[in-house]
Amino acid sequence: MMMESLIKVSGLSYRYPRRGLVLDNVDFHLNVGERVALTGANGAGKTTLLHLLVGLKKAKSGEIFAFGSIRKEEKSFVDVRAQAGFLFQDPDDQLFCPTVIEDVAFGPLNLGKSRAEALKIASDTLASLGMEGFEERITHQLSGGEKRMITLAAVLAMEPEVLLLDEPSNALDAKARQHLIDTLKTLPQAMIIISHDEDFLAQLATREVRLEKAKLVAVSSKSEKAKESGPAAMRSEAETVHA
Amino acid sequence: MPQFLEHSGTSWKGQKVKHDLSMIDKLDPRLRVILVTAFAFVTVLSENFWVLSIAALTGLMLALCAQLNVKRTLRRVIAMDMFMIFLVVLLPFTTPGEPLFTVAGLSASKEGFLHALMILLKAHAVVLSLLALVGTLSATSLGHALAHLRVPDKLVHLLLFTVRYLDVIGQEYKRMRRAMQARAFVLRTDMHTWRSIGYLIGMLLVHSLERSERIMDAMKCRGYKGQFYLFDEMALSTHDYRFMALFIPFLCMLMGLNFL
Repeated sequence: MMMESLIKVSGLSYRYPRRGLVLDNVDFHLNVGERVALTGANGAGKTTLLHLLVGLKKAKSGEIFAFGSIRKEEKSFVDVRAQAGFLFQDPDDQLFCPTVIEDVAFGPLNLGKSRAEALKIASDTLASLGMEGFEERITHQLSGGEKRMITLAAVLAMEPEVLLLDEPSNALDAKARQHLIDTLKTLPQAMIIISHDEDFLAQLATREVRLEKAKLVAVSSKSEKAKESGPAAMRSEAETVHA
Repeated sequence: MPQFLEHSGTSWKGQKVKHDLSMIDKLDPRLRVILVTAFAFVTVLSENFWVLSIAALTGLMLALCAQLNVKRTLRRVIAMDMFMIFLVVLLPFTTPGEPLFTVAGLSASKEGFLHALMILLKAHAVVLSLLALVGTLSATSLGHALAHLRVPDKLVHLLLFTVRYLDVIGQEYKRMRRAMQARAFVLRTDMHTWRSIGYLIGMLLVHSLERSERIMDAMKCRGYKGQFYLFDEMALSTHDYRFMALFIPFLCMLMGLNFL
């Protein structure tokens, strides 16, 4: 009745030593073509959830099913990380190579591409985002908007099936922000977007889930609005999930 | 990357200083690192005044060839001299030997004086050649050169990451410092100042640690498995061979002069 989910988690829980339980028995799934908004108050555990999905943190309980198999230990997540491009909150965390081209080619090289291939992929990806000519620029000297686009290119260069975006529009000016929205709209990947920017989500998201008191609940009003602009059909079953 | 690490053609404050490309800039970075290391060893191990004078002159020549900015180079050399000044001044008075002159009842020995002079010559020869050959490399190409020379990966990564994040940490420091100033904090000599500065430094360490964890996560997300790939293929050109043909026999000659 429903297509295979790219990512599906069930009964996921996570607890910080001092913050206490931030995720309590959370169920979630992401289908092809969906752009899911993940909202919630500061410190609600949104970033934690994304980190769990790619295995940067280890869930206390629950099951993560991603790209065709159950993922449990560090080793099995290596492959998930290649298929789920993670865009970090602070671009400076992601851009660690001196020049743009090295940074964008870092992912493809790790995936075992040859140097020439990696360079080709990197410059093609930059060009596809309208960032040609940035290859030899020094990463830390870029503007905030440019850094954001380069990190996106770095993630896209790995040809992921899913994008995990952690507050992508943070600290961007109106123009850079719109450019990012327009770019993201053209991408075919399914996405999970964490953001506090309502307009940003309204333009992109096909449905919204909200973290409240460690539970994940579906937000319906938003999804009605987004329905017209979103590419994927809405699914009314599935989302809200309390233990 | 902070600009002053880019090239010694930039001043410590970060402004670009005019630096014309010299013949030294065309040399292969690996070659420069190796030759300057060999030169430093030969100089430091020599005990002959002739050899040391020639070495110091060579350092000066290399600095001239590299078209180093005179004022900036002087400032750096003086910075090094500051470290040695006490040693050099005290050595003649503390080494026993034939008295040369007396100051306020203390006699300076000839041996100590010569020893001090030797140390001065060695230090200047090495520093000038380093500034000329390695100082004109950007920190990144130095890192890559070291990696190509099979220096352990960990050290090279440490260098490259320091270069990349020094500026970010510096900015974090400035941001916090400004926030303190905005709440009317002024440096005084009291407990409150010491404690606040302690907090500032501690917080900076915590932030850096957290950032390093986030960077590691971001790298893992892009499939990092503990290996870096270098892009620049370094190859020796005829220019490099010509320089080697001059420099290596010269080094041998310096070594040989010690045994005459």
